[in-house]
Amino acid sequence: MSDLVSRLSDKRVVVCAGAGGVGKTTVSAAVALGLAARGRRVAVVTIDPARRLAEALGLDELGNRPQPVDPALFTSSGLELHGELSAMMLDAKRTFDDLIERLAPNASAREEILANPIYAHLSTTVAGSQEYAAIAKLFELEREGDHDVIVLDTPPSRNAIDFLQAPDRLIAFLEGRALAAFMRPTGYAIRAAGVVFAALRRITGVALLDDLTTFFALLSGLLDGFRARAEDVRDLLTDAATAFLIVTSPDRAPLEEAIYFAAELEREGIHRCGVIVNRVHPFDPTERDIATTATRLQDALGAPLAGRVARAHADVQRLARSDQVALERLRLALHEAEPICLADREADVHDVAALVELQRELFGAAPAERLMTLPVSLRRR
Amino acid sequence: MAFALTGRRLLIVSGKGGVGKSTVAAALGVAAARRGLRTVVAEIAGRGDVARMLGVEAAKDLREVEVYPGLCHVAIDRQSALEEYLRNEVPGPLPAAILAHSRAFQLFVDAAPGMGELLTIGKAWELGQRPRHNRGAVEYDLVVLDGPASGQLAGLLAAPRTFGAVARVGPVSRQGAAVDRMLTDPETTGVVAVATPEQMAVSETLCLRGALRSELGIDLAAVIVNRAFPSRFTARDMAALSAAPDDPAVRSARWLHGRGQAQRAQLARLRKGLADERLSTLPFLFTDAIGLDQVEQLGDRLEHSLP
Repeated sequence: MSDLVSRLSDKRVVVCAGAGGVGKTTVSAAVALGLAARGRRVAVVTIDPARRLAEALGLDELGNRPQPVDPALFTSSGLELHGELSAMMLDAKRTFDDLIERLAPNASAREEILANPIYAHLSTTVAGSQEYAAIAKLFELEREGDHDVIVLDTPPSRNAIDFLQAPDRLIAFLEGRALAAFMRPTGYAIRAAGVVFAALRRITGVALLDDLTTFFALLSGLLDGFRARAEDVRDLLTDAATAFLIVTSPDRAPLEEAIYFAAELEREGIHRCGVIVNRVHPFDPTERDIATTATRLQDALGAPLAGRVARAHADVQRLARSDQVALERLRLALHEAEPICLADREADVHDVAALVELQRELFGAAPAERLMTLPVSLRRR
Repeated sequence: MAFALTGRRLLIVSGKGGVGKSTVAAALGVAAARRGLRTVVAEIAGRGDVARMLGVEAAKDLREVEVYPGLCHVAIDRQSALEEYLRNEVPGPLPAAILAHSRAFQLFVDAAPGMGELLTIGKAWELGQRPRHNRGAVEYDLVVLDGPASGQLAGLLAAPRTFGAVARVGPVSRQGAAVDRMLTDPETTGVVAVATPEQMAVSETLCLRGALRSELGIDLAAVIVNRAFPSRFTARDMAALSAAPDDPAVRSARWLHGRGQAQRAQLARLRKGLADERLSTLPFLFTDAIGLDQVEQLGDRLEHSLP
């Protein structure tokens, strides 16, 4: 059993981060469920194009707001929620629209931005915008204070680090005011920029340049708002009540990404509350070779079956040994004495029963005896 | 199988994160090369997964390096792709390299939505041109692009159209339209979805299929199921195992069997969700790293499932 309960007891925000394909979404859902079982009012935000969380929670549709999940769903799997669980799937476009709504100085500026053809692509194609939307949503929910804890799944990307860099990248993009300045050159930049501008004009056509210029001019009024928000977000991420849970598998690429990401967190002064290694194969330190295993099983199974079982065991142990090497690398690189290992399951976690079991594996059994109480200091905000 | 695929010029490999897209892209490249097709595998620079598997360092500056008889590898980095693009598509008084490095132009590339994607997919398109736009460059029979995760694929494939729409006129718009024509021509371009036989990967594959069809009018050319566990034990074996005393080896056998069964259920679900897309299965390899040997082994499997 892990000590995840105590590690998360004073957290208001838990961000699950890691490379793509390691099971972040499932782990986020299980962590949220585990906390809700132990008395917290939890909202889990997922970024999940394939609606995995919706599938797992038996919800048909998740809006861009947290919706309560029916606790009866879990009772049949033997888990009682002493708190509450809400879930939502992030809609990046709507989150951006809301943000513009809030930051725009007046209704006509708002309408103009929303109608700009460049804006239409902002929330879907600009690097980092999905991550920015996730952080903006997190910030909004945290401000509203309707929940004790917010668990955030991070967008699918090859690199976990994209998430931390997103606000800066988006701000840099919005500061394309500099570009606008180039487009309407004044003073002595005019000659040099003029040549480039002429080339741009020839390549892209005038319409695109005009749209871009208008877009950045419109947004410049909102930039201070975006910047202030990015600072608030940074404060939130470095807050003592915020922590990152690194999720990885024992495979090489995700593992190295996890190690790199952990170093970045440390550099940024962001807290880490644990490392979860998903899909670890059970290691049998007593395994020698196929012949020895086959001989051991011969009496019980008969020679032919014993031989096949021994070969199967050898195959699984080859995977298990390489997992052990990976775990050792993780322990040393992260100074993490006990990464939380989750067994490679026979099947994916895709129903409520499996999710309940996963939260048991993460938090240990008997939630009722380990009810968490929220420290008074955390209730104020 | 694959190789109803090989009438095509461009294969774009995509799938859920972690299912082995790069491995399959490399194996497809090896299989096609063995069939005598002059092939290039392209990957986004910085990842280098395909290069590593094929046992080479990724070359810089869009250099196409032969990594296997008949198979080249190229890493696409944005800056080089931009310079090449300007050189090929934009005649004018300003040298491409200077333009590409100018601050205004950099800002423009960052700011214009979909420009990065357009450069990537535009380079894949250029690799498939006959004659090549890069004068004197090798002409290929097949380009295999190790593409993005399924969540980002629609964005990549839509980029030429998106960009053409915002630019409206001019060379970018024209080239965008040409790339779009190639991408949406099923005779020329095929999307190969990679999945593992697991619930979420299967769901994501079916989602991808629906999204490509509804948003872009593109059908999957093939689905490759990676990491399928072999079926090693019969029901009778399992009965014997459940009567056996507890033993780690017996537990391993049970786990493998259970895993295989769960996979076969998911495979059936995938088959049911697909219409007439070709489906091919690659075995789980019980090794800790994928290298050239493993890629060849998988390439063999793909090659021999050809009609």
